[in-house]
Amino acid sequence: MDTSTHDLLLVGGGGAGLRAAIAAAEVDSKLSIAVVSKVYPMRSHTVSAEGGAAGVVKPDDSLDEHAYDTISGGDWLCDQDAVEAFVKEAPLELTQLEHWGCPWSREPDGHIAVRAFGGMKKKRTWFAADKTGFHMLHTLFQTTLKYDPITRYDEWFVTKLLVDDGRVMGVVAIELMSGKIQAITAKAVILCTGGCGRVFPFTTNANIKNGDGMALACRAGAPLKDMEFVQYHPTGLPFTGILITEAARAEGGYLLNKDGYRYLQDYNLGTPEPKPVLRCMELGPRDRLSQAFVKEEQKARTLETPYGSVVHLDLRHMGEKVINTKLPFVRELCLKYQNIDPVTDLVPVRPVVHYMMGGVSTDSNGATPLAGLYAAGEVACVSINGANRLGSNSLPECLVFGARAGKAAAEFCLEHEAPHDRVLTQARDERQRLEKQFLHKSGGKERIATIRTEMQKAVETSAGIYREEKLLTEATGTLGELQHRFGNVMLDDRSHTFNTELQSALELGFMLDVAESIVQCALARRESRGAHQRTDYPARDDRSFLAHSLLFRNPDGTMRVEYAPVKVTRWPPGERVYGQAQEHPTEAKDEAKQDATLAPSRRAS
Amino acid sequence: MGETIILEVARYSPERDAEPTLQTYEVPFRKEWVILDALNHVKDQMDGSLTYRWSCRMGICGSCGMMVNGEPRLSCATFLSSYAGNGNKVRVEPLRYFPVVRDLVTEVSDFLGKLKTVKPWLIPQEEPPLTQEFLQTPEQLEDYKQFAMCINCTLCYSACPVVGLDPKFVGPAAIALAQRYNKDSRDRGAEERTAVLAHPDGIWGCTFVGECTRVCPKHVDPAGAIQQYKVKAALEWVKKLVMPWGDKDRQTKTEDVHNAAA
Amino acid sequence: MLPHKAPAYTEYHPRWYRPRVSVYWWLGQWQYLRFILRELSSVFVGLVVVMTLLQLRALRNGPEAYARFQQHLRSPGVVVVSMLSLIFVLFHTVTWFNLAPRAMAVRMHGKRIPEWWIAAPNYVVWIAASGVVSWLVLR
Repeated sequence: MDTSTHDLLLVGGGGAGLRAAIAAAEVDSKLSIAVVSKVYPMRSHTVSAEGGAAGVVKPDDSLDEHAYDTISGGDWLCDQDAVEAFVKEAPLELTQLEHWGCPWSREPDGHIAVRAFGGMKKKRTWFAADKTGFHMLHTLFQTTLKYDPITRYDEWFVTKLLVDDGRVMGVVAIELMSGKIQAITAKAVILCTGGCGRVFPFTTNANIKNGDGMALACRAGAPLKDMEFVQYHPTGLPFTGILITEAARAEGGYLLNKDGYRYLQDYNLGTPEPKPVLRCMELGPRDRLSQAFVKEEQKARTLETPYGSVVHLDLRHMGEKVINTKLPFVRELCLKYQNIDPVTDLVPVRPVVHYMMGGVSTDSNGATPLAGLYAAGEVACVSINGANRLGSNSLPECLVFGARAGKAAAEFCLEHEAPHDRVLTQARDERQRLEKQFLHKSGGKERIATIRTEMQKAVETSAGIYREEKLLTEATGTLGELQHRFGNVMLDDRSHTFNTELQSALELGFMLDVAESIVQCALARRESRGAHQRTDYPARDDRSFLAHSLLFRNPDGTMRVEYAPVKVTRWPPGERVYGQAQEHPTEAKDEAKQDATLAPSRRAS
Repeated sequence: MGETIILEVARYSPERDAEPTLQTYEVPFRKEWVILDALNHVKDQMDGSLTYRWSCRMGICGSCGMMVNGEPRLSCATFLSSYAGNGNKVRVEPLRYFPVVRDLVTEVSDFLGKLKTVKPWLIPQEEPPLTQEFLQTPEQLEDYKQFAMCINCTLCYSACPVVGLDPKFVGPAAIALAQRYNKDSRDRGAEERTAVLAHPDGIWGCTFVGECTRVCPKHVDPAGAIQQYKVKAALEWVKKLVMPWGDKDRQTKTEDVHNAAA
Repeated sequence: MLPHKAPAYTEYHPRWYRPRVSVYWWLGQWQYLRFILRELSSVFVGLVVVMTLLQLRALRNGPEAYARFQQHLRSPGVVVVSMLSLIFVLFHTVTWFNLAPRAMAVRMHGKRIPEWWIAAPNYVVWIAASGVVSWLVLR
């Protein structure tokens, strides 16, 4: 069979993948680097990120404050050494992107402009109008065109990691164009495949977010970390699930229930003020806002639509000029997909699955416990986001950890030999499996779409914003049944050429594995923390659960959950406090007991 | 408006067919559905072999370009309700002027190759250290921002008759992206891009039909980018004729963007 | 395996379909037709220039030559061509003036000036010049 070989192979060509490729090329220009992506890189889901990327630049801000906001936002489940490295490198990475041409929005004097964002105490979110991810991805993609050592495999779908002798040695992939299935061997592989929003029925995520890398890693023997932490973004358009960026709230938008009341004030998020106050009300963390929505829904104070209940996002008081300058894409999306002009009308929104805090377990250099396997971006869990990610931390995460993983993997390549030809037998077996199970199969009777819809329903019911044991246990049964039915799936498309139905089937297989991991981890964590809320265990339990869930796949295909400690350096676990209360001197003093061990803030250099 | 709408979709499988044919599907008509929703309905419920590209479904990734009733459109941004009155039929075909791989999937490597030739990356004089950004005022950003909005959907290539008639023509999006960098105040690479642009297959292949701008879903105005460069290229040519010894001013721009002394 | 009806297919080597662009591509949509007519109008611009040059030559060759030329201009064929030329030259002028702003990105106070600021002066000068010439000719 055909094979090709490279030093370093990246699966996925989005923000993290392209940044890692450039970083590796800069370690040594003689390394041959392959970017294997199931879509052309500029189609990667990084492109749809809107709001911004956080990096400390203002003189009144400090790295420690960004770290504290991130750690408290993550409900203390973040590994603090990784967070410290992250906040330090984020502004450098964002500046590097600016040097590569990224069109960041500017102040009148020409310096980078920053804005407020949810859960952040200071303004530190860099932005490119409201299409930050789009501009970042296109800048990265266009920059990679300069680097000759980077070979792109566009529209190649990876189906399996090749592992031999406890080391990852490459991948098996389908060239979608021709249907050819071949091995691409490499000394190291970096997974940059993004998250898994499509496991849920209502998500901001694109069709391509199926948790490919998470399933590939899990099947190869690498553990997944913190899979139960799924972020619901508070403002998605009903029916389509299209994201309305947090920037809309950062620039001053209000969330109103059906009585026109800013309901967040009832949920310990402060008192309403006409202008946005950082870490207050609509600028609170995403998990708390989504949970507030569910409580409003239970009190029957949300509005009913044919596509579920909604609340209103009110931007009218911001004026047309501000909306056109700061939120033009939001206006365009509302007009096009909802027939509503945010300048004059209220925008219906509801919480929508947006980001996966969990993923392939890595250290702060992107290395997994499996030799030769790295991961970066949303697919990885370092963890800097802990139990809940703050908005505008994900784009710099792709850059910082993409660069780190690229560098670490490149150094691994320089120190290790090329893979054996032995792995090619695995590739041949994989090709036979695909042909037998899908392309040449007869007699199956399940449609992919049916199984997918049932999986999504099971996951949403059991592992939504609020969870409890009974539903989670039922879901494990349902998902097990769906795995079994998946074995009986029947494709209409038997062609080799660009077989997207085969691709959907393989993606469904990945999603079933990921769905099971989410439910298992949610079942095992008997506490509520951040985005994981158990109605049967409503309190946070630091004694038993200040730990990362690690999910392993057993040889018989079942999964087991273990726990690993969280790295705490300078910020001992405290209460997450949002709203003006934190400003109040006496209350802050109570907090200060915990803050006593905080190192004094450093000025940004 | 009726309860259903008829989709006529181009089908082509190189393993089976010598050329494309149209296949008809009757799908539910919903006012909030776009063409993509209808295609997904067919693929999920009726015929899993229907093949097309899509990803973000919000008009930003550029995957889902197709000919809808003879017009290049993004299938995720084109509502079924626009076609209900039209005899209740919608014809969906692959993007024009590209080779067809399968059904609605076209081959775009030619476009990517052309994109690379215009050097669409920043070529600065000198990079400041990583603690400083290039200074760029909001006005300087406005100069090129429109051209930076291109999502590489290639609808403009399907609209341009020159692309169809002359395979070597660099094309609207590639030239617009070259201009995006040429007009970026941080860039000094305009000279390096001239050879490819001021060439019969570059800007001089364009006859200002203007269709590219009309169909662009992101209002990039590639036609404007090309004509503006024509003016510039013509003036440069005259300058070279009149002052063959070279022009020192070409190296520096009036605004000193390297003044990052903060 | 599917029976391969397409003789050109070999496994894993799909043949891309490359539709031919018809010689009549410009009849496919009215925007293309309008474009071709616009380009064609240059021919009529050239024709008008040639007719003017011939008129000047006739003038130089004396009153009889000029009278013969005037006679020639009155023949039905030439009248039809002249009318057509007028329509096309007007079309040429209007489309040119309307498209000119697109080639010029002029900025004032950070914003791009509206297109009619560039198109309008062209129209004004054109109408004024035509007015002057008409007055000279018709008095």
